[in-house]
Amino acid sequence: MDTKLSPAPSHGNARVAFAWLVAFAVLASLPLLLTADSNKFYIELLSKVMIMAIFALSLQLLIGYTGLVSLGHAAYFAAAAYATAMLAPESGPGNGWLLLAGALAAAAALAMLVGMLVLRTRGVYFIMVTLAFAQMVYFVFHDTKIAGGSDGTYIYFRPEFPVPGLRQMTVNDPSHFYWMVWGAMGVTVVVLTLLLRSRFGHALVGIRHNEQRMRAAGYATYRYQLGAFVAGGMLAGLAGFLYAVQFGFVNPEIASWHQSGNAMLMVILGGVGSLAGAVLGAFSFVLVAEWFSTMTKHWQLLMGGFIIVAVALLPRGLVSLPSVLRVKMRAPGARNGGTAGDDDDTAQEAGGERRSPRNTEAA
Amino acid sequence: MHRFTSRRLAPACLAVAAMLAATGAVQAQSAPGGKIKVGFMLPYTGTYAALGTAIENGFRMYVQQQGGKLGGRDIEYFKVDDESDPAKAPENATKLIKRDQVDVVVGTVHSGVQMGIVKVAKENNTLLIIPNAGVDEATGPLCGANIFRSSFSNWQPGYAMGHVLAERGMKKVVTLTWKYAAGEQSVKGFKEAFEGKGGKVVKELSLPFPNVEFQALITEVAALKPDAVFVFFAGGGAVKFVKDWAAAGLKDKIPLYASGFLTDGTLEAQGNAAQGLETTLHYADGLSNARDKSFRLDYAKTYKLQPDVYAVQGYDAAQLLAAGATAVKGDMSRKAELYKAMEAAKVDSPRGAFTLSKAHNPVQDFYLRKVDGRENKVSTVAVKSLADPARGCRL
Amino acid sequence: MDIVSFLIQCLNSVQYGLLLFLVASGLTLIFGIMGVINLAHGSFYMLGAYLAFALASLTGNLLIAVPLGIVLAVAFGYVLEWVFFSFLYERDHLQQVLMTYGLILVFEELRSILVGDDVHGVPVPALLDGSLPIGNDMTYPIYRLCISAVCLLVAAAMYYVIRRTRLGMMIRAGATNREMVQSLGINVTVLYRVVFALGVALAVLAGMIAAPVSSVYPGMGAQVLIVCFVVVVIGGIGSVKGALVASLLLGFVDTFGKVFWQDAAGVLIYLLMAVILLWKPQGLFKAG
Repeated sequence: MDTKLSPAPSHGNARVAFAWLVAFAVLASLPLLLTADSNKFYIELLSKVMIMAIFALSLQLLIGYTGLVSLGHAAYFAAAAYATAMLAPESGPGNGWLLLAGALAAAAALAMLVGMLVLRTRGVYFIMVTLAFAQMVYFVFHDTKIAGGSDGTYIYFRPEFPVPGLRQMTVNDPSHFYWMVWGAMGVTVVVLTLLLRSRFGHALVGIRHNEQRMRAAGYATYRYQLGAFVAGGMLAGLAGFLYAVQFGFVNPEIASWHQSGNAMLMVILGGVGSLAGAVLGAFSFVLVAEWFSTMTKHWQLLMGGFIIVAVALLPRGLVSLPSVLRVKMRAPGARNGGTAGDDDDTAQEAGGERRSPRNTEAA
Repeated sequence: MHRFTSRRLAPACLAVAAMLAATGAVQAQSAPGGKIKVGFMLPYTGTYAALGTAIENGFRMYVQQQGGKLGGRDIEYFKVDDESDPAKAPENATKLIKRDQVDVVVGTVHSGVQMGIVKVAKENNTLLIIPNAGVDEATGPLCGANIFRSSFSNWQPGYAMGHVLAERGMKKVVTLTWKYAAGEQSVKGFKEAFEGKGGKVVKELSLPFPNVEFQALITEVAALKPDAVFVFFAGGGAVKFVKDWAAAGLKDKIPLYASGFLTDGTLEAQGNAAQGLETTLHYADGLSNARDKSFRLDYAKTYKLQPDVYAVQGYDAAQLLAAGATAVKGDMSRKAELYKAMEAAKVDSPRGAFTLSKAHNPVQDFYLRKVDGRENKVSTVAVKSLADPARGCRL
Repeated sequence: MDIVSFLIQCLNSVQYGLLLFLVASGLTLIFGIMGVINLAHGSFYMLGAYLAFALASLTGNLLIAVPLGIVLAVAFGYVLEWVFFSFLYERDHLQQVLMTYGLILVFEELRSILVGDDVHGVPVPALLDGSLPIGNDMTYPIYRLCISAVCLLVAAAMYYVIRRTRLGMMIRAGATNREMVQSLGINVTVLYRVVFALGVALAVLAGMIAAPVSSVYPGMGAQVLIVCFVVVVIGGIGSVKGALVASLLLGFVDTFGKVFWQDAAGVLIYLLMAVILLWKPQGLFKAG
């Protein structure tokens, strides 16, 4: 077995876990701190950001760990959101758990179907063909009468989540919804971490680095890739379900290539190949855009500039900021020592990054 | 790759906190002296930007004419750019309602975005005045005590034109529009009036919104050889369609009729291709009432632009709000009284006076207009006091 | 559908397809030779349309505006490559995607700030403003035939340059194997700059000649961008011949699709792309 694929040393694990716990604790406490009426908006904004973070995490599994650059990920997000809207009863609140199951099933089924077809292509063609399927989903919702066409459709009553033994859990209060999303994000991070630590996860990483070598080693790479594709689709579905429940309004635009593009941008901006990167990318993308939009009507100019500068200075994403700063703060010339552990990974990423991740044929 | 996560989160959290603080710094303070907070949710960027600006201009002009006060209170304005993006609509509406705590939301232009706003406004029981979007549902199945409209419903202009064509003895008509609510509801209104009086819509053509490759369908229309064609297009698409139609040589062969949006705000770009086109709308150039004359003078003086139907709708939204605010003496928390006063209002509009239907949509005259130069000159009144049937509204 | 309508729909298909080719050929060259994914390519098309509007208003005639616009476009492309795109070659595709996306935002906002958000029309030059009668009661605008003619001329010129000149040889070589071209001592920097400027000029030209028929409005770049990527991918990255075939194919599928199967019109081109890629995962033609 290749030693590069072995897990990080145990002290690193503890630090990782601690950092995540701190972050989650801070997030959980926010609704208790921001109680003023006008602050309710920020709780809802953060809920949306966390939903986007789940979406970005699901895409990170594909781009950062399996090397599948999917530009059509919004299709599964939208499939789940629409499934929720179409299954929700019109006369009263539906059962949230059933709706969730339906949403996840829809997203997984679509991902399975599309995955079986797109995994026959590679490189930039893979990117385009995933886009093609997402566009088909978009047009189905946009141009047909399946669910209100281009004007979208409503969920009239927010679903309730019955807990055995206790009374119904409702999420009409923005703070309650916030905690539910917070919980979902936590579950996503835990599930992905466990998945990536497992044999399956290591195989994915191996496939990303060199698919032919893995096949030579006897792995049925197609099955692993399809599994990752479906898992990523399902998690995107979780995000889609939460999106539908938050405002009860779904519209075909959530399946558009802009939505897929945004998810990809969040992953790249935050840092490819890192779960924290996906979360950081989602947070910064949405919050920075929000911040800029309060400053000027031409905020897209600032956003464009921010993106260009961020990528130019931090090619490995925002998540690499501390390590880049640390390297710069050391005495010049001492670049090669010190952070050898990190550089190992990064050197490998830099080398592998030169061509698009799925390019196993000659350029 | 795991190693990236270890120490990166702490700075990340700090960054998040900093960003929150920055956005929080722009929070609205609670209004001193009880100002009335008006929140505009309009397109300030993108294709509809000019419409959004016109609506806001009209609204503000009325308030200015009242000395800057409505119901005896000063007005504080808030703005959110809806970017004509339905996916962000609920969140943008929430910005005005929850972050800025507005008393009334005035918006918007795009029907898809409107649906999002209506949902949030109903959930929070916030007063909403729609200054343009004609989506039938807002004063139909989704109507509400707190939802008002100062513009029109998509059904109305279509119905008016159907009436006109039936009266002129046309029998065979083809319709063509975009496949979205505004287009479909417009055609539905047209069909109802036209077929109700003995005409027949032989084919209903459509193309996906906002596609502007009309050639294929224009050719098809010509092949069907109808007595007339009824279309609905607006904005950039309207410009292209009119020019394509003329370029295909059909301008003088098959009479083209449309809902007024085909030629509103687009005449400069359409040029000769639009001359002589007849459309129906609740506003026109050259209306004879005194209110309109003074409105147009004032608007031109204040904004150095000619007003259009959007400016009128914005102006009337302010009048509607004023009717309510005056009745409750500026105390916007007295919602039941506020809504009752607005429902009963008779708005002295530049388009001609109008009242509201039970579903809160204007009951108004629709004019038949003809393009002359750069103006949509009024010819006659196509239908008087036309009310939208508000099917599905339970008010 | 009678023969006249069919003929007109064919003309429509060809015209739409050829215009697409003009924009897509620039994209496939840039992508194929420099390996840069340029999401901002649609913005160049938009730039062309707005240039047509501005220059036509200034000079009074689109026919003068077009050559002027092309000169400006070449200069702009040259400078843009120099100050921005040349830094993207070492970066991986994902970073290129992100950076060119940032560029789109910048261009859109600059457009909004400099020219505003109104919809504009560009008048067809008086010389070409007529219609050709086809059959008994239909006509076809002469200007649209001119658009097709210009595109065909450009296609022929590109064929000549690519197949018969030294520059073309370098372009074909670069599209097949970039590193080898560099190691052969060819001044890759200048080659890239020239190719990029060419690509920009093609997109700008397309925007300019299309302006009278498509009108000039915000967001027109995004619509054309995604269709262009479809064309490039179907045709095969780096293959100009492929771009031509794919554009025409798309033109026909889209036009006839709208007539016969309205509901699915939007989906058809993506369905087409999916089918072709599943059959030929590298596109229809090889690079060069």
